[in-house]
Amino acid sequence: MTLEVKGIQYTYGKYLVLDGIDLPIVEGEVIGILGPNGCGKTTLLKNLNKNLSPQGGCILLDGVDLEEMAKKDIAKKVAVVPQTNEIHFAFTVRDIVAMGRMPFQSMMGGQSSEDERIVDEAIHRTGLERYADRHISTMSGGERQRVIIARAIAQTPETLLMDEPTLHLDISMQFDALDLVSRLSKEMGMTVVIVSHDLPMVARYCDRIVMLHDHKVHAIGRPEEVLTVENMRAVFNVDAELLLDEKTGKHTVMLHGSLNRYRCVKDGT
Amino acid sequence: MHPSMRSKILIATVILIALAFYCVFNDLSWISAGRSYSFSEVWDALMGHGTWASEIIVRDTNAPRVVAGIFVGAGLAVTGAAMQAVFRNPLASPYILGLSSGASLGAAAGMLFTIPFIPALIVSPVLAFVTCFLTMVLVYSMARVGGSVRTETLILAGVAVSALMSALVSFLTFIAGDKLEGIVFWTMGSLGNAGWDEIAFMAPVILVSSFLLITQAKPLNAMMIGDAHAMDLGVDVRRTRLFVIIMSTVVVAAAVSFVGVIGFIGLVIPHILRILLGPDNRHIMPLGMIAGACFILICDYISHVIAPQYGTLPIGVATSLIGAPVFIYLLIRRKREVGWN
Repeated sequence: MTLEVKGIQYTYGKYLVLDGIDLPIVEGEVIGILGPNGCGKTTLLKNLNKNLSPQGGCILLDGVDLEEMAKKDIAKKVAVVPQTNEIHFAFTVRDIVAMGRMPFQSMMGGQSSEDERIVDEAIHRTGLERYADRHISTMSGGERQRVIIARAIAQTPETLLMDEPTLHLDISMQFDALDLVSRLSKEMGMTVVIVSHDLPMVARYCDRIVMLHDHKVHAIGRPEEVLTVENMRAVFNVDAELLLDEKTGKHTVMLHGSLNRYRCVKDGT
Repeated sequence: MHPSMRSKILIATVILIALAFYCVFNDLSWISAGRSYSFSEVWDALMGHGTWASEIIVRDTNAPRVVAGIFVGAGLAVTGAAMQAVFRNPLASPYILGLSSGASLGAAAGMLFTIPFIPALIVSPVLAFVTCFLTMVLVYSMARVGGSVRTETLILAGVAVSALMSALVSFLTFIAGDKLEGIVFWTMGSLGNAGWDEIAFMAPVILVSSFLLITQAKPLNAMMIGDAHAMDLGVDVRRTRLFVIIMSTVVVAAAVSFVGVIGFIGLVIPHILRILLGPDNRHIMPLGMIAGACFILICDYISHVIAPQYGTLPIGVATSLIGAPVFIYLLIRRKREVGWN
C-alpha cells in the first residue's frame, strides 16, 4: 500500500488552508501530523480519504488518484477514527463494529460469515469482548473511541487516520488509546496517520513527524529531527525540549512554558 | 445478527401483522355509537354479497378511509424514522423541515382561490402537494450556503420557513370568511377526505418512495452515528441525505395533501420500535410502516367512538391526544434511549 500526497492545495472560500503540502507516507509506520490549532491539519486528514477534495495537487492511493476512486473503494483501504461525539441511539458495540464491513457489502446485503469473523476479531483485538452487547449511548468518551477504533479495524484497512485521538480523554485513556493503535499497527502492518497538537504524545508514539506551520510543511523526519527547540519555538510558540524518558526508553517533550510568558517577564510587566 | 435478536424481530413482525389485521377489521366494522358489524358481515360486505346498508357502510364509507389510513400511517412512520436518522435527532419528525405548514398553506390557498386549469375539487390537494415540495426546496437551498449543507442549518432554516408559512396560513385563515371552517379542519386532518381516486394516486407514490427510503437503511444507520463516520465508511452523505429528504417529502406530501396534517405518528412509532427492537433502520423502517398503519387505525377508531354526539373527531387530534402522552411516558421512562442523559 502506498499513500502519496503531492503538492495539495485547499482553500475554504478565500482562506488558504493547505498551501502545497507534500507528504511521503511510508508503509507500516506511525506518522504524526503536528501543528497548532488552525494550521490545516484536520483539513489535510479529510483530504486523505476524499471527505474533502483538494483544489490543487493530488493524492495517490496505490498509484491511483483519489479523485478517480469511489468513496466506497477508498473506505476499503483507508479507515478513519474521527473525534468522538455523543451518540443518541442505542446501537450495541457489535452493531457499530459491524458497520465497518459496510464498504464490502451491497446496499441491501447482510453480514456474511466472513464479515462476522472479522467483526469478532476486531472486537477481540481491541479488548471489547465484555462490552459487545453494551449500548454505545451508555459509554464514556474513551470507551466510545475504542469502539470506533474497533469499527475502523473491521474495515481491514491498510491505513488508519486518527483525528486528535487524545482530545477530551482522561490522561490514562490517552495512553491506552495510543498504546492500542501502535500495537495494532505492528500486529497488522497497518500505516497509522495521527493528527494532533499534543507534543508529548506525538513524540512518544510516532515513528516520524510532519510539522505544519502557516499551512505549509515546516519540518519532516524522525522525532529528534523535527522536535527541536527552534522548531517548537517557531511553530508552537513554546519553550520546550525533547527528552528521552529513561524509564520507558521513549521520547517525551518537556514543556517549560509559553514564550509569551517569558516575554512578559523580560519586559518586566 | 444475534439469534435472540432474530427471534425478537420475528415475534414483533408476527404480532404487528396480527395487530394490523385486527385494526383493519375493527375500523371497517364501525357503524355508529355502540354498534358494529361482525366479522362475517364485514367479509360479506367487502365481497359484494352483504346487505344494502352494510355494503354502503363497510365498502363505500369505511374501506377507503381504512385504506387511506394504512398508507398515510405507514408513510409517516417510515419518514419519521428516516428524518430522525438524517438529523441524528430522536426528536425529529417528518415535518421537521416545515413541510406541514408548507402543505397547509397550499391547502388553504386552494380553498380560497380558484386556480386556472385545476378542477376546483382537487385544487387544495394539488396545491398542498406543490407547496409542501416547494417548502423543502426552499429550506434545502437556504441551508446550502457555500456548497455544503449542515444538518443544524437545515433545522434552523426549517424552523424559519415554517414560521413564515404558518403566518401566511394564519393570514389566509383570517380573511377566509365562510371558508374558515374548511381550513381549520384540514389542518387537523381527516382520513375521510380520501376516496378511491385519491388513494389510486397516493398509494403507489407512498409505496414506491417508502421502498426507496428503506433501501437507504444501512447508510442511514451509519449517519445516526455521525456524518463523519458515514463518510469514512464510504457513504456519500450529501447525496444520501438529499435523496432521503426528497423521498420523505414525496411521502409526506402525498399523505398530507389529501388527509391534512396528522401529527405524532412519525415521532412516536419509530421511538417505540427502537426501544423494543434497537435502532437498526433495517428493522425499524419496514416494521414501522406496519406499526404506523396500526396506530392510525386505532386512532381513527377512537376518533369515531370518543364523542359520537359531536361527530368524528379530526384524526390529527386523536393521534396527538394518544401520541403525546405515549411520547411523554417514553421520555420519562427511557431517558437514555431517546438521548436525554
